[in-house]
Amino acid sequence: MLKQACLPVRQVQYKKTNMKKIKLIDIAHGRSGDKGDAANIGIIAYDDKGYEIIKKHLTAEKVKEHFAGICKGNVDRYELPNIRALNFMLHNTLGGGGTVSLKHDAQGKTLAAALLRMELDIPDS
Amino acid sequence: MKDKIRIASGQGFWGDLPEAPVQQVTKGEVDYLVMDYLAEVTMSILQKQKNRNPKLGYARDLPELMKKLLPICLKKKIKVITNGGGVNPADCADEILKHAVDLGIEKLKIAVVLGDDIHDRLDELVETGIELNNMETGESIKSVIHKILSANVYFGAMPIVEALRNGADIVITGRTTDTGLTLAPMIYEFDWDVKDYDLMSAGTVAGHILECGAQSTGGNFLGDWQSIENMAEIGFPIAEAFPNGEIIITKHENTGGRVSYETVAEQLIYEIGDPTDYITPDCVADFSSIKLEDLGNNRVKVFNVKGKPETEFYKVSCSYEDGYAAVGSLTYSWPQALSKAKAADKILRKRLENLGLQFDEIRSEFIGYNATHESLAKKLDEDDINEIVLRVAVRSHDKNAVMRFGREIAPLILTGPPSVTGFAGGRPKPSDVVAYWPALIPKKLVIPKVKILTLS
Repeated sequence: MLKQACLPVRQVQYKKTNMKKIKLIDIAHGRSGDKGDAANIGIIAYDDKGYEIIKKHLTAEKVKEHFAGICKGNVDRYELPNIRALNFMLHNTLGGGGTVSLKHDAQGKTLAAALLRMELDIPDS
Repeated sequence: MKDKIRIASGQGFWGDLPEAPVQQVTKGEVDYLVMDYLAEVTMSILQKQKNRNPKLGYARDLPELMKKLLPICLKKKIKVITNGGGVNPADCADEILKHAVDLGIEKLKIAVVLGDDIHDRLDELVETGIELNNMETGESIKSVIHKILSANVYFGAMPIVEALRNGADIVITGRTTDTGLTLAPMIYEFDWDVKDYDLMSAGTVAGHILECGAQSTGGNFLGDWQSIENMAEIGFPIAEAFPNGEIIITKHENTGGRVSYETVAEQLIYEIGDPTDYITPDCVADFSSIKLEDLGNNRVKVFNVKGKPETEFYKVSCSYEDGYAAVGSLTYSWPQALSKAKAADKILRKRLENLGLQFDEIRSEFIGYNATHESLAKKLDEDDINEIVLRVAVRSHDKNAVMRFGREIAPLILTGPPSVTGFAGGRPKPSDVVAYWPALIPKKLVIPKVKILTLS
C-alpha cells in the first residue's frame, strides 16, 4: 500500500476526438449467399441506433478493404431502412460461382459471419 | 372469394427435410403446399440424369413423396404446387399419376407446365437475331452454343394460375421461379388484377420468404441462434395471405424453431441484389419498401410492399460443359498439424508439376484453420492445432490430368508427412463441370403450355 501511494499520479491525456471500437457482431446479424460469381451479404442491425451506426460507418469501401484478396471485384451497397438492413454485393468473389468454383464455400454461405468479424471505429459520443 | 388462404412451404431445396411436407399438411390447417426443388446446381444434376435416361430429369423422390401426400391432400382439399418436375415435368407427372392409380384414387387432376425448355430452339433463335448474350459478362453465346446441355426459361406465376383455374389438384412445373409458386394461389383465390404490381410484389415477397423452407423459421439463423428452441422438430413457414396483400408469416403450433422479426428479416435479405429491383417474370418488387411487424406468438406481419411492372423479357438459364474437377482430402493430427498439411500440399503440387499436367486451377484449403474465412481467419499457433484437413481441388479441360490428380492423393500417406489419415473414400474421381449462361429472351417468343392429366 505504502509503495503504491508513493507513486506519482499519472496524467491521462484524452484526445478530443476519441474513437471507440464497436464489434459489428455485437450490433448486427445477417445472412449471405451467391448470385453467380458474386456473393450477397445482408447485414441487419438489432435496433435503430445500430442501424444509424452501420449506415454511417459500414461503407462499401470498408467492406471491400475487409475482404481484400477474397473479393476481387467491386462492392455495391444498398440500404433497406425499413428493416434496418444493408445489402452488399461482392462481385468476382466465389471463384467462378456455384458449379465451377473449387472453393469449399462455393456459395458464400459463411461470408456474413466473416463480415461480422469487423470492428468499426466510431467517434465516442 | 376466401378472406384468407394459408400457403405452406414444404421443401427449400432438393434434399431438404423429408418429413417437412408431411408435417405441413398434417399438423394444422393449410390450403396449399408449395415445394421449391430447383437451384442452378440442381438443374445441372437433373440434366445429367436425363442425358443418361430420357425418362428421368425430375426430383426422383417427389413421386414417392406424393404417394404419402395424395390421400391426405385430396381428403383435406390441399393443392400441391411444385417445380420438382425439373427438366422433365411430363414424366414426373406420369409417375405421380401411376402412384395415384395404385392407391385406388378415382378422381384427380394433375397439371403440367411445359414450354420452358428451349434447348432445341437455340440455333434457330440465334440465327434469327436473338442474341442471348451473357447477362453478367455481355459475351456472345456463340462461344459456347456448341456445348450447351440445357436451356430453360424461368416462368412466373401465370401458367400455374391457369392450371388452378382448370381445376388442378396438383401442379408440376419445370423451371418456374420459386416466388411464382407462392404468388400463383393468391392471384387465383383473390382474383388479383395482374397489373396491380403492389399486390404482385406482395405475393412475390411472400414467395421469397417461403422459398428456402426453414431459413425463415429459425434455421441457419445468425442472430442468437442458440436461443432457437427445438430445431430437431423445426416448423416450416406458412404464409397467411389476405386479399389486400397483407401477409402473415407463421408456422404450425407444437413445432420447433421461431418466427420473429429477425428470422424473417434474415431471409428477406438472402440472395438479393439491388433491393429496389427484384426482377421476376410477374413484377419488379421493391424490397426496400417492405415493413415487418412482429405480432408475437411466432407471427410476423409483412406489409407496405410496393412494386413496378414486369419487364418484357424472361430469364433463360443455359448450362454447358466446362471441363472436369475433382476434390481430395487428407487429415493431419497434432503436433504441427498445419505445418504437415502445408508440407503435404507442397509435395503434391511439385509432383503434379513434374508430371507436366495442365490445370485451369489448383486450390488448397486447410479445413479447421482458414477454409471458410481465408485471410480473415484468426492466426493460430501452428504447432498446437489439434488437427487439420488438407482439401485440394483441381479443375481442368484435360480429363486425364484430373484422373491422375486422383491417383496422387493416397500416396502422400506413405510418402509424405506423418500422422495422417482420412483416406477411406477411395480415389477422387473426375466430375463434369457444368457452367451457367444466364441470358434474356423476349417473352413473346416463349409461350407456356399447361397440360392436364385427369383421373375420373
